[in-house]
Amino acid sequence: MTYLKKSPWIIHYDASSCNGCDIEVLAALTPLYDVERFGIVNTGNPKHADIFLVTGSVNEQNRQVLINTYEQIPDPKVVVAIGICATSGGIFRECYNVMGGIDKVIPVDVYVTGCAARPESIIDGVVQGLGILESKRLAMAEKRAGSRAKAGDAV
Amino acid sequence: MQISQFLVFLILFPLITALFMVLVRRDADRNWIVRISAVVIALITLYLLFVAFDQGSLYFAFGSEQVGQLMFVIELLLAVFILYLGLKYRKSFTVALILVQAGLLIFFETGLIPGIHPVNNLFIDQFSIIMALIIGIIGSLICVYSLGYMDTYHQLHPAIKDRRNLFFFIMFVFLAAMFGLIFSNNLIWMFFFWEITTICSFVLIGYSQTPEATNNAFLALSMNLLGGVAFMAALVYIALMDPSGRLFELNTLITSGYVIALVPAVLISFAGITKAALMPFSSWLVGAMVAPTPVSALLHSSTMVKAGVYIIVRFAPVLSGTPEGLMIALVGGITFLLASCIAISQSNAKRVLAYSTIANLGLIVACAGVGTYNLMWVAILLIIFHAIAKSLLFLCVGTVEHSIGSRDIEDMGGLIERMPKVALMMFIGMAGMFLAPFGMIISKWAAIEAFTAAPFGLVFITILAFGGSASLFFWSKWMGKIISVMRNQVNVEGSIKTEMWAVLSILTALVVVVALIFPLISSMLIEPFVMHIYGETTRLAQANLTIMILMLALLMIMPFSMLFQRRDQILTHPYMGGRPTVGEMKFAGSMGTTRDLVLSNYYMRNYFGEEKLFMIGVLLCWGLVLIAGVMLAGVIL
Amino acid sequence: MIDEPWSSILSAAVYILLAPVIGGLVAGIDRKVTARMQGRVGPPVIQPFYDVGKLFEKENPVVTTTQNFYVLSYLVFMVVAGALFFSGGDMLLVIFAFTLSHIFLVLGAYASYSPYSHIGAERELIQIIAYEPMIIFTAVGMYMVTHSFNVSAIVSSGIPIIMFLPGVFIGYLIVLTIKLRKSPFDLSTSHHAHQEIVKGVTTDFAGPNLGKIEIAHWYEYVFLLGVVYLFFGFNPLIAVAAIIVAYFLEILIDNTTSRVKWQLTLRSAWLVAGTLGIVNLGVLYYLRMVVAP
Repeated sequence: MTYLKKSPWIIHYDASSCNGCDIEVLAALTPLYDVERFGIVNTGNPKHADIFLVTGSVNEQNRQVLINTYEQIPDPKVVVAIGICATSGGIFRECYNVMGGIDKVIPVDVYVTGCAARPESIIDGVVQGLGILESKRLAMAEKRAGSRAKAGDAV
Repeated sequence: MQISQFLVFLILFPLITALFMVLVRRDADRNWIVRISAVVIALITLYLLFVAFDQGSLYFAFGSEQVGQLMFVIELLLAVFILYLGLKYRKSFTVALILVQAGLLIFFETGLIPGIHPVNNLFIDQFSIIMALIIGIIGSLICVYSLGYMDTYHQLHPAIKDRRNLFFFIMFVFLAAMFGLIFSNNLIWMFFFWEITTICSFVLIGYSQTPEATNNAFLALSMNLLGGVAFMAALVYIALMDPSGRLFELNTLITSGYVIALVPAVLISFAGITKAALMPFSSWLVGAMVAPTPVSALLHSSTMVKAGVYIIVRFAPVLSGTPEGLMIALVGGITFLLASCIAISQSNAKRVLAYSTIANLGLIVACAGVGTYNLMWVAILLIIFHAIAKSLLFLCVGTVEHSIGSRDIEDMGGLIERMPKVALMMFIGMAGMFLAPFGMIISKWAAIEAFTAAPFGLVFITILAFGGSASLFFWSKWMGKIISVMRNQVNVEGSIKTEMWAVLSILTALVVVVALIFPLISSMLIEPFVMHIYGETTRLAQANLTIMILMLALLMIMPFSMLFQRRDQILTHPYMGGRPTVGEMKFAGSMGTTRDLVLSNYYMRNYFGEEKLFMIGVLLCWGLVLIAGVMLAGVIL
Repeated sequence: MIDEPWSSILSAAVYILLAPVIGGLVAGIDRKVTARMQGRVGPPVIQPFYDVGKLFEKENPVVTTTQNFYVLSYLVFMVVAGALFFSGGDMLLVIFAFTLSHIFLVLGAYASYSPYSHIGAERELIQIIAYEPMIIFTAVGMYMVTHSFNVSAIVSSGIPIIMFLPGVFIGYLIVLTIKLRKSPFDLSTSHHAHQEIVKGVTTDFAGPNLGKIEIAHWYEYVFLLGVVYLFFGFNPLIAVAAIIVAYFLEILIDNTTSRVKWQLTLRSAWLVAGTLGIVNLGVLYYLRMVVAP
């Protein structure tokens, strides 16, 4: 039995968001929505996380931070872009300092649109991300078994 | 050869080596003589162990009037020497003390001694064997280490006059004096050797002849002379009490019961307190850290200061149960607590080691002052473990200092990459000081259990609980500092000479081996000794010993797990809030600047600052010393 | 003295096998009760097992290989110390074995040379020295009442230890808050999302290493609650009830207080040890030595 779906830990990063989507993400942790009953915990540490929730668009200041944080999350991992700004830049898309949505720098698995995205959509997006997470885990496990078998053959 | 001849050999042989040190000119010749002497001394000491360990206490009527008179002459010459230096450097306190001591000495030798004939001048028992092993093995190792160390020392400090002949001369005279001290049953002889060690310490601290070194040398000298005056007063007292002179024999004095022996015991214990640098006399040991590191390792952690606690442990049966003994024990206990706390606030590695030494000596004296049979067992165990681990740590710090150019703990970050082998040895040495199942924590465990059965034990258990926690803090943070894996570190270990590696490796191995075989040492040496003195003895329960050995074995094999875990791991970078950590670690400052990352330990100087705590210690301990003195005066009158 | 080696080895084995299960359940109940206190539903009680299972499914990123060694040693010596306790060994040796295991966690945090780990390690050390005097007094107190340091003798003594050591018990509960890493003393790391220095001590551990740390915490919970049991060992039912009440109190304190600074932690813990602990032991000493030896 697999545990990844039962215990997805999230890390939430505000790229250049107006905080609207962030408030909705945190609202999901409040008693009204209570995502902890699905085992979801908001850790502030990418090394402990499975799901990367990003709000806001990419600009020069947060581009490297996004990449660093993404790289520090151990595999298997899933990125969920929350809000239209993270998806495509939103209404700020054509500003001189905005690069666009976060998929310009890191691979995104789930797009949750909205301005601000509702907690229900966010939770729905995370749940869809769980499915993708599971398939990534299987791929990783197969690769690991494959490389172990290869090492065994080589010996 | 008879055992008594071995004892005399161990006292005289280092003197012959010392003589060669003065005569020899070439470094290569000196090196060989030191190495050969060191090996001879170590081997003879080991042989002494095998020959004498089951013989119990043996007393030898060696020596005669002439030896006594020779000692008197040498003491007078040394007094003149100190007087001259004291006047030259205008140290009035030193001058005053040496005049008082010399005056007492002359009064004693001319007025009281003629007609006094103590008979058994030399002796050996299990405790002496243990001390001899410490001096013979650790002392020899340190002398060998000094060869390479002093080479580098003079290369790094060209301004300091190269007086290595004098250095090694004094080191071997010191070894001879220490052997003499522990093998003396005659208190007059012991005083002679005691004073020689004081002079050796004085010369060696002042080796670099800088003003700071000179001042610290005189500080050490005056505090030790204060103890010497007390020692002399004890000898005068004994001479007045017992004209036959048999009470000058240590064994006779101790067994004569506390009514007769208390006054000299307390006076000599005061001398021991000054020599062991307990509060309020701890500042000389901290100041003595200006000396070259082998001096700190040999004199000021494993042997000379051990002489101070050695004599208090010898007198423990007399002090046990008396209020004066309790005062002495409290001096030790308060020193342990406060010195451990002060060490937290120090970042100079040698000062940390100095305060740790002072603290552990205080603990040994606390055990000896209360003096029940199981506490004496603990005290001797503490002496052994502390001597080995602390000398290793001092030598490692000396090596590190010469390689990286600093003795500040904050500069030792990442040592595991820059000097992997030395860092590993330091790790083991530090583990030996505070981690289970190594020696010091085992001794502290036994001390807590022993204090539960002792009068006023709760005070000492409290001191041990808090002091032990404090010492855990400063050792752990130092340990953490040296095992941090930083980036881009260059290995600087290559320049360390082979024989220094050999010494460090032997001491590291000893830390582990002695932790493993201490039950054997206990049953062979410590338990028979305690049984002989008290008529009952103690040991750790067999089940606990088994568990500790298993834990030690587990600890030894755990590092090999790293070989198996290499496969699945991925090397990555630390987390710095999203900052890039590939190259150097920098935080983003304002206006586009960056700030370098600097990690430093907590020193908590507001809580554990040296001045405040030292002041408290001095006040409390002076108070205790004065109370003990008043009580003693009451006894005399 | 451990009298029957086989029964003590058996108890140790039972501990080694069952403690993770019980500890995990305790952690899960903790989260459930916390959630209910906050008006939420909360995760299922077996959620900690899902968490640890997931952690072992992830890859293992480390900053340095030595981290693997430190975490494994932390877990191994935690198990050894707890097994020693449950096999009836010497209480002081158990305490020092636990200290050994905690030092490995601290060293693991130091090894990575990262700011959050470093501060977490320093704070963890402060926590360790904050609670150490009090638990030594606990062991000494139990010796003074039952005349033995061995857990086997203390448990089977039949003496109502709580009657003689009320101050020590309250002191132990206060430092238990520190040991369980609960507010207001969750300085070095926190199980909840109270992020002050990211995750403090555990910042640079991930995947299987983090899973091992979590399992080590479960072993520790069982030991810590075992010590509470010792106070009430004369009546197992009362003891279990006491454990439940004590742990509930800890959860309550956790949810109703906010984190304090390390200065206050150290001072208050040492003050508590100094007053509650020493006064209790002193009174006991006086009664035993002077009034009724």
